[in-house]
Amino acid sequence: MKIFVCAALLFFSGVALAAKPLPDDSIYQLQDIYLNQDGKAFQLASRRGKPQLVAMFYTSCKYICPLIIDSGLGVDHALTPAERAKLQVLLISLDPTRDVVAALDYIASKRKLDRRRWTLARTEKSGVRKTAALLGVRYRELADGEFNHTSALILLDADGRVLARTEKLGSVPDAEFLAKVKAALARP
Amino acid sequence: MRPIILGLIVLNAAGLAGGVSANDNYVRIPGGEFKSALKYEDTQGKVAVAPFELMRTPVTNAQFLDFVTKNPPWQRRKVVPVFAEARYLSHWSSPLQLGTNAKPQQPVVNVSWFAASAYCEAHGARLPTWSEWEYSAAADGTRRDARNDPAWREQILGWYAKPSNAPLSPVGQSPANVYGVKDLHGLVWEWTEDYASMLVSADNRTQGEQDRLKFCGAGAIAMDDRENYAVLMRVAMLSAMEAANITSNLGFRCAKSLP
Repeated sequence: MKIFVCAALLFFSGVALAAKPLPDDSIYQLQDIYLNQDGKAFQLASRRGKPQLVAMFYTSCKYICPLIIDSGLGVDHALTPAERAKLQVLLISLDPTRDVVAALDYIASKRKLDRRRWTLARTEKSGVRKTAALLGVRYRELADGEFNHTSALILLDADGRVLARTEKLGSVPDAEFLAKVKAALARP
Repeated sequence: MRPIILGLIVLNAAGLAGGVSANDNYVRIPGGEFKSALKYEDTQGKVAVAPFELMRTPVTNAQFLDFVTKNPPWQRRKVVPVFAEARYLSHWSSPLQLGTNAKPQQPVVNVSWFAASAYCEAHGARLPTWSEWEYSAAADGTRRDARNDPAWREQILGWYAKPSNAPLSPVGQSPANVYGVKDLHGLVWEWTEDYASMLVSADNRTQGEQDRLKFCGAGAIAMDDRENYAVLMRVAMLSAMEAANITSNLGFRCAKSLP
């Protein structure tokens, strides 16, 4: 009987967790569909459960964007293996025209990104605008197909709420931001 | 069973009598090249606009009420704060009633960029880009580009000199421009799809060399046409907004790309 009750409790708490509505201030409220580097479709809400680093980039960018990937890797390297295993990284393209799945896949391989934790994603133009608005990223497409954009690394909690952001990019992480990442990963 | 059906029919008829148009009214804007009041560093302000369709007038309270009635997540009590701040639609008497402070034919205001985008998407449309808006708004009743006419500029500036606490006029009262579009000047500010692309400066208030580091590529946009205050005021206002913000004189209209 005891075992049965425990099993039932586990079952129902699992259901309750899955059905718990998103917090009002979660950016996972956005319902647009994204594709990852493997061509798999997902919604932001499917990323619930683990803290997340998010940034916007595009693969043909020559200057700042490699720095955005460097920044994510920099945070990764500053973590213990146990911390690292709990962190996910999501980079969303500003350039849906050129950043097709194959382009994202190519960069994931070229930069040797850990595909279990790193996701390079694309969505349609209107979704890019909304994502950028939620993340506070401003951008403009230039005549030559490059983009002007503000660059930020954003830390989300397990429910998609913004915990911290930094605009100090580079392979050596912003110390204050890193401390917040570690604090988020230390939560049960 | 029958009384219920009858009731529904009566309700429907009442809805139609209220003047709620099911179709938004679009006009076709021929494309062309024009010079923006913004000096884009990549093109020196020259902008090519493809032919598109634009709503003749801004979206009204009645039209927006119809939208939120059909799309409950956009009702005042239900919208989540990431998409609209607390004052969203605060001039309506309740989430599904306009009340005395919001006339059906007045342009809807107190709407966020997310809500405006959702309205347009629900109608198979989108917000116009800034370039499309600026291009359409350069016209007067007879010319596609009246911007160099001092008299036309004076007329537009006259609006900004009026106090903004007077009730908004119903849409469609101003003369149509050469394309048949009304109220681009003189009624409300309007959201554009890419309002956030006007990188006037990084946090939109400060200026300085340090901000340049935040951009990939080149720096901020400069204002090219100092005489065109009316447009520059719009740019300054829009670039200070976040997408969940609302104000009591910011509305929108939708656009459609042509195949």
